[in-house]
Amino acid sequence: MIDRDSPVTEEELHAYVDGELPADRRDAIAAWLIGHPEQAFQVAAWRAQAEAIRARYGAVANEPVPGRLKLDRLTQQGGASSGRSWKTLAAAAAVIAFLAGGSAGWMARGATVAAPTSFEAITADALDAYRLYVVEVRHPVEVPGNERVHMTQWLTKRLGYEQRIPDLQPIGLKLVGGRLLPGPTGAAAAFYMYEGASGERFTIYSAPATSPETALRYKAGDRLAAFYWVDDKHAYVVSGPADRDQLEKVAKSVYEQVDKSGARKS
Amino acid sequence: MATFGQQVEATIPALRRYARALTRNSDVADDLVQDTLVRALRSEHLFHGGEVRSWLYTILTNLNRNRLRSLARRPTLSPLEENDAPDLAGPEAGWRDIERALATLVEDQRNALLLVVLEGLTYREVAEVQGVPIGTVMSRLARARAQIKNFLEGGRPALRRVK
Repeated sequence: MIDRDSPVTEEELHAYVDGELPADRRDAIAAWLIGHPEQAFQVAAWRAQAEAIRARYGAVANEPVPGRLKLDRLTQQGGASSGRSWKTLAAAAAVIAFLAGGSAGWMARGATVAAPTSFEAITADALDAYRLYVVEVRHPVEVPGNERVHMTQWLTKRLGYEQRIPDLQPIGLKLVGGRLLPGPTGAAAAFYMYEGASGERFTIYSAPATSPETALRYKAGDRLAAFYWVDDKHAYVVSGPADRDQLEKVAKSVYEQVDKSGARKS
Repeated sequence: MATFGQQVEATIPALRRYARALTRNSDVADDLVQDTLVRALRSEHLFHGGEVRSWLYTILTNLNRNRLRSLARRPTLSPLEENDAPDLAGPEAGWRDIERALATLVEDQRNALLLVVLEGLTYREVAEVQGVPIGTVMSRLARARAQIKNFLEGGRPALRRVK
């Protein structure tokens, strides 16, 4: 039997609220609180906080689980550690619409309540670069596409990991060239631009990422869209006009050419 | 005995709830859950028994920490909504209060509090998730509760009247 009058610490009151005490001590404290209104008030306030948190977020667990979090969609890409195939990645790709008025900038720039993920920040940088340079007629790039070897060496050196500038000729896109851009967290980023027969432009933005890998994601606005992912600690953002099928074809080709581990294994 | 996959699947709704409360943004939260699941499925071979649930909470908590760290190195993108949204009445007003109160917490304290009061983990389980002694969990909880109380009593009116 525990002494009813043994001193009650604040720690114990927390444990009491959280159901961490053995039954006899719990009962003893309940009785003790009757004679200690100040502490009883404290306990009530903590309980009210917990209830407010549960009232606010508890129902999330009852929402239907979105398709992209369904395990059967994720297992194919996640279960096998032998590289991720584009097909399973694309199937799980989250589609998140831009807010209307793309010119106001990436949705993270003020429109959403919480700050974006670092990954989204990289994507925002990439889309800013896309908007800025894709309209350039005379100086869209620093190094023209016919200096591919030089550009590969230069950007590999500056970014600190091997650059594989994808060849998109098979899908009708010519390499316009590339440039060095400021990347996230003070690192450098590489930016490559491609052009199709009717002048449509696509860009690849690559920078070091903080997470080793992520699922594939897709964002689309009225005029532009992006596929983005992280593989082997490198983020890739493929941007272009908002035509999902066409952009997916480009992103798939990029993915297959930059995915070193996948290339080795297949 | 449920398979690994079944145990993971059964935890998804709770992970979404925890992530939503951690990030207070449903897209960011589901991104976090998706990355957690991808990580878990790829690392199944690293899972040596024990509770799948706690392990998933650990992964999610760590991924969120990475997310916050890399955000901290970037200029803050201040949410416009903060001042532009009309003042709400009814239960939604209380929602905003608790959201804002949670936002003022130090990350480790917020994690500890949400794992206990929202996810129903024991102190021992939270200690495991956070990789700290139980005593540290308890002091995080105490500080979190004191901060929320302080915020709800003091900080709120000034914030809400900005408009």
